[in-house]
Amino acid sequence: MNWIAWKMLTGDRAKYLGIVFGVAFGSLLIAHQTSIFVSLMRRTGSQILDVVDAEIWVMDQHTQSIDELWPLQDSDVLNVRGTPGVEWAVRFYKGMVTAKRSDGLYRQAILLGLDDSTLTGAPRTILRGSLADLRQPDAVIIDEAGYEYLFPGEPVELGRTLEMNDHRAVIVGICEASPPFQTFPILYTRYSQATHFAPPQRNIMPFVLAKPELGVDAQEACRRIKARTGLLALTTQQFFWKTIDYYLSSTGIPINFGITVALGFIVGTAIAGQTFYLFTIENLKQFGNLKAMGVTNSRLVGMILLQASIVGVLGFGIGIGGAAAFFEATRDVTHLAGFMMPWQIVALTGAAVTLIVALSSLLSMRKVLVLEPAAVFR
Amino acid sequence: MRNFQITDETSPQLAVACRGLIRDFGDGETQTRVLHGIDLDVRAGEITLLVGPSGCGKTTLISIICGLLEPTAGDIEIFGVNRTSLTGRQLVEFRGRNIGFVFQQYNLIPSLTAAENAAVPLIIAGLPRREAIRRAEQSLAKFGLSQRIHALPSQLSGGQQQRVAIARALVHEPRLLVCDEPTAALDAHSGQTVMELLREVALESNRAVLIVTHDNRVFDFGHRIVHMADGQIEKIEERQILSPASTGPSLVAAH
Ligand SMILES: Nc1ncnc2c1ncn2[C@@H]1O[C@H](COP(=O)(O)OP(=O)(O)OP(=O)(O)O)[C@@H](O)[C@H]1O
Ligand SMILES: [Mg+2]
Repeated sequence: MNWIAWKMLTGDRAKYLGIVFGVAFGSLLIAHQTSIFVSLMRRTGSQILDVVDAEIWVMDQHTQSIDELWPLQDSDVLNVRGTPGVEWAVRFYKGMVTAKRSDGLYRQAILLGLDDSTLTGAPRTILRGSLADLRQPDAVIIDEAGYEYLFPGEPVELGRTLEMNDHRAVIVGICEASPPFQTFPILYTRYSQATHFAPPQRNIMPFVLAKPELGVDAQEACRRIKARTGLLALTTQQFFWKTIDYYLSSTGIPINFGITVALGFIVGTAIAGQTFYLFTIENLKQFGNLKAMGVTNSRLVGMILLQASIVGVLGFGIGIGGAAAFFEATRDVTHLAGFMMPWQIVALTGAAVTLIVALSSLLSMRKVLVLEPAAVFR
Repeated sequence: MRNFQITDETSPQLAVACRGLIRDFGDGETQTRVLHGIDLDVRAGEITLLVGPSGCGKTTLISIICGLLEPTAGDIEIFGVNRTSLTGRQLVEFRGRNIGFVFQQYNLIPSLTAAENAAVPLIIAGLPRREAIRRAEQSLAKFGLSQRIHALPSQLSGGQQQRVAIARALVHEPRLLVCDEPTAALDAHSGQTVMELLREVALESNRAVLIVTHDNRVFDFGHRIVHMADGQIEKIEERQILSPASTGPSLVAAH
């Protein structure tokens, strides 16, 4: 019987490829669109996840995302430091600056100011130069993509200068950094240096980074910091999700893009389901005959499920392969860096395709199972 | 399951006995009675033709006989087995083993060759595929199709496809062959050939043959013609048919 099911499915090459392609296209659409969406949303929290040496972010309680900067008092860092259960706490600056090239061209950039003594929040991978060079006067380290944005087409060389807030900055290193939501260059510098590069302001410290003592739960430390300082203290993951939440709920871009993605998802599942459903319906008569000839309902169900799994596995494989190939091929494209397909999306796509193919076969099966006898004799 | 025993060689055996068959469709306001108490015998070793105007209930009746449809009331015995005594699964298996089907539109699986199509009932019965196809090829040879065993249905004429369908219907030696308008889609000549084949091959081994037809050209082939109208049996014509062997030259060899 399995052989008959296989022959029915593959007998007409063109139709068979059409069904597999339908499911493949559906899978590709789902996997690709959701991956792009998730990657893009992830970008909003890039600078949070890039800080791996601290576990706690402390900020003004009004802060909604990492891109919203409420200055803290200088004394706040001492208060956090003094909270029981906190091992250490340091200042962390984040702000937008205008970086001007020597030839007068300029670009907006993200400036990150690291605690002078510990350099907490420093980039993990330095591609050129060294982190220690950040201690030199006026030193900045720029991310690789940012360098390309600032000096498009030019060879990477250290020692180039920029001007920020009428202050000279020297590029002493190139690093890797997760691409931000808006593709601005990212400049790392010391906190004390950042105060010079940043536009004049009385209080400029937006964040305090902290680490709980060994054995103290990060969330517990957050609670204590909050109780003592009245500030908002979040774990890295909490802050990351808060930022994503903010972008999801407060800006139109993700919602509208989300609708596009949802449409991609719906269209993808619809195509996959539809093609298979139509296939079974087209074969209704064959199934009816087989039933008349003594094939039990359970064997008919087995045949349809076999056809569904062949189509599902092949289509899903091709679709996911296509999506993976896309992200693999665009890996080194600077403005697409960080766009990737997490395994959760592979699983989600798999589940969606399984569900939809199962659903459409169940729907079509219903017609086979309760087949009108008149349909057999027609 | 009781087995049908041939107890009397001289008189035709009862293959199917219907008593007081009633079938309603729809319910409440829209309920209509399609069969109004049908009493019908189908005898082994005979061709029974079921004729009547469109919509009189022929398809409904054979669907019930084959166990594809439940009667609203009444009894059917097929080869001595009370059909209502069979559970769903038993009924399907009983049908697979004992009844062969021929349809108006042949209903072959387009992606299977003639031999593979004819082998389907044997595969359903659980025979290994190779053995099933080998037996199907032998069966096709009986229908003058030994040259076409590897052809796909789309490469065969209508008459040839119907012959493949008959080979398929008989390959597992069912005791009852049910045909719904087997010649309606064929030209006169192919129809004639198909009917001769049915008479010659189908009636072998005391098989019962029940044919629904509109086609008065085939009336000559029936031992009994059951006339239906409005869900009732109007009259039954008994005919004198010469034995298959003595009814003129066979057309099988010519095709
Ligand atoms: N599933 C159904 N629901 C409601 N009415 C039905 C159903 N099946 C058949 N009927 C009705 O039962 C009557 C008999 O139908 P049936 O198909 O048995 O006729 P028939 O004699 O085979 O006709 P034909 O020669 O056109 O094939 C028709 O009036 C038809 O509309
Ligand atoms: Mg009919």
